[in-house]
Amino acid sequence: MLLVYIDHFGGKPPVAAWEALGAGSLFVTGSDLKAVVMGSGVEALAGEAIAHGAHSVLLADDDRLKEFRPEVYADGLSQIIRQSGADIVLFPTTSRARELAALVAVDLDTGITPDAIQLVRQNGAIVATRPIYAGKLLTTEVNLARRPQLLTVRGRSFPAPDSDPTRSGEIARIELGLAQPRTEVLGYKQSGGGVSLSDAAIIVSGGRGVANNPALHPPPELTNEKEQEIWRAREGFKLVGELAGVLGAAVGASRAAVDAGYIPYAHQVGQTGKVVSPDLYIACGISGAIQHLAGMRTAKTIVAINKDADAPIFKLARFGVVGDLHQILPALTSALRQRLGK
Amino acid sequence: MKIVVCVKQTPDTAATLTVVGGVASWGDAPLVLNPWDEYAVEQALRTKEAHGGSVTAMSLGPQAAKESLKQALAMGCDEAILISDPALERADSLLASAALAAAIKRIDAPDIVFFGKAAVDTDTEVTGPQVARRLGWPSLNLVAAISELDPAAKTITVERLLEEGRQLVRSPLPAVVSVVKEINEPRYPSFMGIRKASKAEIPIWSASDIGLQPVPEPALTWPEVIAPVRAEQSCEFVSGETPQQQAAALVERLIEEKLI
Ligand SMILES: Cc1cc2nc3c(=O)[nH]c(=O)nc-3n(C[C@H](O)[C@H](O)[C@H](O)COP(=O)(O)OP(=O)(O)OC[C@H]3O[C@@H](n4cnc5c(N)ncnc54)[C@H](O)[C@@H]3O)c2cc1C
Ligand SMILES: Nc1ncnc2c1ncn2[C@@H]1O[C@H](COP(=O)(O)O)[C@@H](O)[C@H]1O
Repeated sequence: MLLVYIDHFGGKPPVAAWEALGAGSLFVTGSDLKAVVMGSGVEALAGEAIAHGAHSVLLADDDRLKEFRPEVYADGLSQIIRQSGADIVLFPTTSRARELAALVAVDLDTGITPDAIQLVRQNGAIVATRPIYAGKLLTTEVNLARRPQLLTVRGRSFPAPDSDPTRSGEIARIELGLAQPRTEVLGYKQSGGGVSLSDAAIIVSGGRGVANNPALHPPPELTNEKEQEIWRAREGFKLVGELAGVLGAAVGASRAAVDAGYIPYAHQVGQTGKVVSPDLYIACGISGAIQHLAGMRTAKTIVAINKDADAPIFKLARFGVVGDLHQILPALTSALRQRLGK
Repeated sequence: MKIVVCVKQTPDTAATLTVVGGVASWGDAPLVLNPWDEYAVEQALRTKEAHGGSVTAMSLGPQAAKESLKQALAMGCDEAILISDPALERADSLLASAALAAAIKRIDAPDIVFFGKAAVDTDTEVTGPQVARRLGWPSLNLVAAISELDPAAKTITVERLLEEGRQLVRSPLPAVVSVVKEINEPRYPSFMGIRKASKAEIPIWSASDIGLQPVPEPALTWPEVIAPVRAEQSCEFVSGETPQQQAAALVERLIEEKLI
């Protein structure tokens, strides 16, 4: 039997949760595809899981699960898995679900394979393929002897099933014995906003080149060179943002741009940032250092805009534009507005 | 405060990776302190500087991993411990976390154990949380800032970097804290630090020293390591006399290829 853990934030699941369900449907038929929904006031989400193809749902709807606290969720999920007798549990690769899977693996004394991009069944075990060394290599990984097998699947690696609200299935409520939580969630600040990098089909990224527009004159009160540079870069990132806006894309950045203070770390793509695999990745003023490529080399199509025709990023790019991004980006945005009628 | 920081030795991120005899090879590229762990070491040192105490750097790995521990010492850690045993060579995260947790238990009453977000070789991002679970401590993962730490009350408040924003969490100590790079800017080892580190004696703990007897089998194996084949991409440069013409040409091609 196969369980899929439906990750969510306040009842809202990322697309990756449905992709995990889609991955699960490759391995089981009939009534064996079960979803687990945990939270407080999340019955609607259980219904959505059925609509997305789960045959039944194990629902733990409990006030004590209102805030995601990994230790509390792990206590609950380990109980659910033990009772269910599942031999495979799939999770989406989100920060929450990855940590949860890690904790549950300890409870159940079994292996955890994070971030699988491909799954095949061989001799009764799931053999996963996952990137290592920041995607420079791939490895197969298998848990031969212990059950359940716990795996998280990378976003955009498996198709998300369509939602069909006419589907029906059983929703079984589960009562959990939960210890008193020791941590306390005090709140949130600086919420994410915009399109999330990991889910985005299109990403427009800016690098150090975004600051390089000498024609732009910073306001006179900025006398310090560093402040002037950051001001220029923020103007440049506005162009990146406008292009992303017409494309419905997320905004990414190189580490050089993040380290220089042009844009927050949450936007960083690369070995020490986010690993993304969008359909289209547009790199603007990014040279293509190996650590940056590590984060986006699996993008289906890469477009590079750079004033240096020899920049290494062009070696990976399908389309290249040699020129000044401060001129190309506005031209591109307005050409797209016209063509796409926006 | 008694502070521990777990660090791994990894190949340099600029290394070219190939597959030799079925396993990953980085040729003669240098091995370094896992870049994420520099942030963990830095945070451990800052915690000591603010609240007093000592910092112990701990690594599980082959004898050569002493070099990375020396880098942690050179940055300012007070002592270092290497857990090394042939039986732990093919450890998965389940076994590595068991070994690290067992070693941490041998240390007298640690208040906090720092981890990096990920090791840049295996990219698993689970070892810190798993060690926390084994110790029965709260796991504070993806920490971008420590907003409060009260050694007397034994509490800590952190900001965790989640997809949806920064989550503020208060936890009792002892706890495991895994840090992301936003948390600080790691210092460079000082000249004095490097000299001190070069002379340091680093004790080696075997599996039986940490009470891991018999050594459990890892759950996972890696039948095959593959170098992904990437079709040589020939970049198509769009032409045009002006940026407007270039942009228009690019848009045409993107539409023709159904990319937008
Ligand atoms: C351990 C480690 C981890 C790292 N992790 C990451 C990571 O996660 N992500 C990451 O990105 N990097 C990472 N790096 C850093 C990486 O090595 C590079 O330094 C960084 O990616 C360079 O960023 P960049 O391309 O924006 O800047 P640069 O290399 O300076 O390139 C700027 C580019 O912009 C072009 N340009 C300049 N002006 C213009 C203009 N007006 N119009 C068009 N083009 C212009 C230039 O021709 C150049 O190609 C890491 C490094 C290390 C050592
Ligand atoms: N062999 C090891 N020795 C010491 N610490 C480790 C080891 N492996 C992983 N860690 C720690 O766990 C973190 C996450 O590693 P990983 O789960 O392998 O991605 C690293 O940043 C280190 O702090």
